[in-house]
Amino acid sequence: MPKILINGKEIEFEPGMTILQACELAGVEIPRFCYHERLSIAGNCRMCLVEMDKSRKPIASCAMPATEGMNIKTNTEMVEKARKGVMEFLLANHPLDCPVCDQGGECDLQDQSLYYGVDKSRFSENKRFVSEKYMGPLIKTQMTRCIHCTRCVRFATEVAGVPEIGAIGRGEDMEITTYLEKSMESELSGNVIDLCPVGALTSKPYAFSARPWELKKTESIDVLDAVGSNIRVDTYGWEVKRILPRLNENINEEWISDKTRYSCDGLLKQRLDTPYIKKDNKLVKSSWDEAIDVIIKKIKETESSQIAGHLGDLVSLEGTLAFIKFFELLGSKNLEFREKKFYINPENKMNYLFNSSINGIEKSDLILLVGCNPRHEATILNARIRKTYRQNKTQIFSVGDPGDQTYEYKIIGDNTQTIKDIIEEKHEFNSILDKSKRPLIIIGESALELDTGGYIFEELKNFLLKKKLITDKWNALNILIQNASTVGALDLNILNNKQNSFEFFDNIKSKKFKILYLLNSDNFKFEKNDEFIIYQGSHGDRGAEIADVILPSAAYTEENGLYQNLEGRVQECRKASYPAGEAIESWKVFNKITYAYKNKNLFDSFNTLRDELFKKIINFKDINQLPNFKEPSKKINCNFKHEKIFINPIDYYFSNSISRSSKVMSDCRDIKLKILKSGTDN
Amino acid sequence: MSLKRVNPEQPKTFEFSEKFKNIAEEILKKYPKKNKKSAVMPFLYLAQKQNNNWIPLAAIKYISKYLTMPYISVYEIATFYSMFNLSPVGKYFVQVCTTTPCLIRGADKIIKVCKQKISEKENQVSKKGECSWTEVECLGACVNAPMMQINNDYYEDLDEKSTAKIIDSIFKNKILEPGSYRGRKNTSPENIKTINGTDHA
Repeated sequence: MPKILINGKEIEFEPGMTILQACELAGVEIPRFCYHERLSIAGNCRMCLVEMDKSRKPIASCAMPATEGMNIKTNTEMVEKARKGVMEFLLANHPLDCPVCDQGGECDLQDQSLYYGVDKSRFSENKRFVSEKYMGPLIKTQMTRCIHCTRCVRFATEVAGVPEIGAIGRGEDMEITTYLEKSMESELSGNVIDLCPVGALTSKPYAFSARPWELKKTESIDVLDAVGSNIRVDTYGWEVKRILPRLNENINEEWISDKTRYSCDGLLKQRLDTPYIKKDNKLVKSSWDEAIDVIIKKIKETESSQIAGHLGDLVSLEGTLAFIKFFELLGSKNLEFREKKFYINPENKMNYLFNSSINGIEKSDLILLVGCNPRHEATILNARIRKTYRQNKTQIFSVGDPGDQTYEYKIIGDNTQTIKDIIEEKHEFNSILDKSKRPLIIIGESALELDTGGYIFEELKNFLLKKKLITDKWNALNILIQNASTVGALDLNILNNKQNSFEFFDNIKSKKFKILYLLNSDNFKFEKNDEFIIYQGSHGDRGAEIADVILPSAAYTEENGLYQNLEGRVQECRKASYPAGEAIESWKVFNKITYAYKNKNLFDSFNTLRDELFKKIINFKDINQLPNFKEPSKKINCNFKHEKIFINPIDYYFSNSISRSSKVMSDCRDIKLKILKSGTDN
Repeated sequence: MSLKRVNPEQPKTFEFSEKFKNIAEEILKKYPKKNKKSAVMPFLYLAQKQNNNWIPLAAIKYISKYLTMPYISVYEIATFYSMFNLSPVGKYFVQVCTTTPCLIRGADKIIKVCKQKISEKENQVSKKGECSWTEVECLGACVNAPMMQINNDYYEDLDEKSTAKIIDSIFKNKILEPGSYRGRKNTSPENIKTINGTDHA
């Protein structure tokens, strides 16, 4: 490997690195504003100037490739003077409003001017003023503070794939704006706030609500979709003030979706803080004891086969296990987690995972989407697909029309016949597939929902097995799960080995059930008959509306819990705040009911629950690790039917009870609907 | 140069006329197919030519669709170059150079005349719409400073008197000839007509 001299220290670097990256290897910190490792190089802030031998002028280290034998110095007088000069220029037009700026305390400009800047300015003219720009309900702008690093512009065009932000004018009059000040049409737009090194782009909902140093920071994970993005939850007392991304190269890199970031105001609204009982068709506040008495009385007078439970989308593994154990105790096997009838085969763990892993997307050379819309179903995963599309020019094909995905793809068919042709190797796509070494097939829930869902899944799997594309080295079979609780629920055998039967849905329809226990389940749509409905959850949403008894429990930021993401990675969600009012953790609710019912605890402590859980997770390796690979065993034959593959649209900003309670999300949704109405061309 | 304002009144649609469309297609042929967005600047220029010397937003949209570019990219280019006008200008568009050499030779006096004769503010079209003026950066005729450009022609070696004369001629719709207003031929020296005994320039 080539070598470079940095401050007299010799360092080996990989060819293709820039001087700045080599300096980082040497442990030398270079101040920078415009450079960001995940974006293209702009080289316009000039903060990273360093001295190089045989160069009379300082050079911009972020844009200069490192070469063999360079002698770089970063601690000389020249560098110091250059940094001071750049800093003075940057601050010439920057307002001195740090005391009222939301970025204060976590501002790159503030920090770097402290370390590398000068204490006075020689600029005696008037500072420039730039009018505020409207960028939608999520991003607050204060463009006078902008230092034109263009990180936001590069993020929007490169990562988010919505080239809507740009720099207009030039020289002193340059301004960053969206085209005609429209809001940014991206599910990743919130990330420009983290990218902005100054306070020009800040979070609108979080404006003036807290200072970074007074917040308690909890490292946790997101559960609003099945990707399991790593987040940091910032709380002030009980309130969750904001949610920020946490670096995880395996999942979300350093981005999170807008839903993850901005749903947090939903955690403060519509909360269930005390048990309720329906009396004379009205929900009345009650105590825990009263509510549990009502439930137990009802359970005792009902046959166990007439009790059913539905698991919601945000439940942790602990909650799921407690739910299942509780139903074992009642002697009922009527459990379901699906909101719609889609085909799932829980016989092997592989059958419900994104097996290639999110990192694997980058290794792939061909992607086939089957009835899924990754942009809305798994935004962060879609960002990864776009990344590989940009970097490796990966070809992307789709069966079914998922709409704008921020990258180019080719639709090769819109019905099940296309899939059959591919399986029977009669389709022209097969020649492309045969050439590919690491293809990736992503099957969405919309495809599995079809009557042919079983055929699509099983036959594609057999096809891939035949092609030797399901091995422990490369597994091309991927299911795009939408809910955070799904993989965990299947691992804990919630369906009781009843494979692919829709018994639960049929029984609901034929009014067989007398008691229906909804655990955080708000998205399950059914016609209510005279069932006695128990709703346990955190938000007064669709489930609570129809409930006869409501038991309040914690939201995901308020309890410790494990979640399995769509890759089967077990991650820990940590308690950042405490449950609202009288609400308690969801597993404790089951303990409470069991104690009143059978006079014994379901679990002695949280630790025994965790231990039991670790034993039950299939192919479990370790926390934050992908599961082990297990060879699939038997083949299942399913019937084929000619059908059109229609991708069910998702109400992205309204997909779960927390985001439905959030005002910010509903603002975003309104704007999106308005754009849809007027057409994308304004 | 100040930031260019987008005209509040905008035509709803824009499309190249038959003649301009043919030119546009000719321009596109100069670039490889995958790089057709390279044609954005000549296209903007065409649009400006077709639309009375200014580019409406509809044209920006039309061009970005024509070249499959994001709107904002075309908008960025249109706002960057001072040669593109985003709001209407007069029939005679006066661009006065105010960069250092011209300024030393008295460009500020020419600006004063423009303010008196045409309009109080830059980019403001005179009452009958004949004329508007603006300050621009160096137009590359420093040897004939101070100078101004009216539509496609350079008027050089100006002073207050000659500027006033030219602007008056604009209002009469009988514009004077372009070139030096101190009797120079192109950039030849003013007093010594011959160098080394022979006619020069």
